[in-house]
Amino acid sequence: MSFYDEIKRLKMTTEYYTKFINGILWKVPKTSTVWSRKDIWSTIKVRWSIGRMNYRIKPGLYAVGNPDSNSEIFVTANFKLSFDHLRRALHEMDAWILVLDTKGINVWCAAGKGTFGTRELTYRIKAHELDKLVNHKRVIVPQLGATGVSAHEVKNSTGFRVIYGPVRAEDIKEFVAAGLKATPEMRKVTFPLIERIKLIPVELAYGKYYLLVVPAIFFILSGLNKNGFSIDLAWSAGEKAVIDLLSAYLAGCVITPILLPWIPFRRFSLKGLSISWIMAIPLLYFNFLGNTIFENISWFLIMGALSSFLAMNFTGSTTFTSLSGVRKEMKIALPLQIGATVLGIIGWIISRFI
Amino acid sequence: MNGFIYLKNVVSLELDREKCSGCMMCIIVCPHEVFEMKNKKAIIINKDFCMECGACQKNCPDNAISVRSGVGCAAGIINGILRNSEPSCDCDSNKINCC
Repeated sequence: MSFYDEIKRLKMTTEYYTKFINGILWKVPKTSTVWSRKDIWSTIKVRWSIGRMNYRIKPGLYAVGNPDSNSEIFVTANFKLSFDHLRRALHEMDAWILVLDTKGINVWCAAGKGTFGTRELTYRIKAHELDKLVNHKRVIVPQLGATGVSAHEVKNSTGFRVIYGPVRAEDIKEFVAAGLKATPEMRKVTFPLIERIKLIPVELAYGKYYLLVVPAIFFILSGLNKNGFSIDLAWSAGEKAVIDLLSAYLAGCVITPILLPWIPFRRFSLKGLSISWIMAIPLLYFNFLGNTIFENISWFLIMGALSSFLAMNFTGSTTFTSLSGVRKEMKIALPLQIGATVLGIIGWIISRFI
Repeated sequence: MNGFIYLKNVVSLELDREKCSGCMMCIIVCPHEVFEMKNKKAIIINKDFCMECGACQKNCPDNAISVRSGVGCAAGIINGILRNSEPSCDCDSNKINCC
């Protein structure tokens, strides 16, 4: 469903909340705090990167429950998953939701880019005349939005105080009950196993069509030997090549993210490298790598480089790697990965002919 | 938390305690408990935990914090090198699904 279809759908099904507040008749789209079957199904699809870039809702003001001039205003992004998590967390509460236009990107990433930022928040506070809607003059912004929002600048230009809420929407009830105070635990970004598992579909989908093209090329090249091309050889050796490549892919995209904190190296490239080599040992033992030492070494190079590169890319999904750190790691790792891949492929091709 | 610390001694975060007025905004916005209050001013206690998100700098009304913020993302850095621009995850194109 495209962005415009989604808006059309919203327009058709929108229920409005109307109320007189401060002498003005407000008409605001109402949203439910319970996920429909469709919400759940599309969440699963988005986790698999299907339609991820068009999963948006219309920016603006929404009503939850029966809010009035004393109800809190919660700010979020117009990535539908962000919006859905917020409204679900507001179950049985009366509140306003202010959705910023972040081009369909989640709060943290959009804050990093600045689209979830001071300018857009200031604009929305003014455009929706929130000073006439509520008497308390404050908005609750998710803490991870702080990367893009400058609280004192918003206060200067709108008079609204920015209160940073908890990192996770599920803590909102407790945060509100405590008088808009977050505990240190609510302020901390963690990266537990369950969060890492949720990211695996996105990681798996990373390779896209390369996942078919690269194994296919290896499969065809497997059929080459001194006597030309042999389809039987392509089947026997090609099967091994495909298994080795997919093992390295899994090592970098699935196993390294899952085992992340328990792999002793700090550098992601080394984490990925070590996992792929551990996986290569049983492959070697059961004769799935190559027939010669030369071919085996080539596979160690190719698998190591591939897994190491993919693991390094996982830095973008984590919650604790810094730009300076990743730059430092890449300076050494990237040339080695490229070198190992080139050497590995050359070695493997030569080993076809000896 | 030990498994979730990245490289040591590389973070670009700096705090000028002279300028700090002790508003505690950095402590509120930091997702990794990098700051603490000491004698009514902030201090950096866990520098290696910093992921350079830049939230503290953005929300410091005293301009006491400086950090070279950006995406700690290898794909984003490669993107930047290829396009000769700043590192960017480029979430709004269909090429990378990093976030």
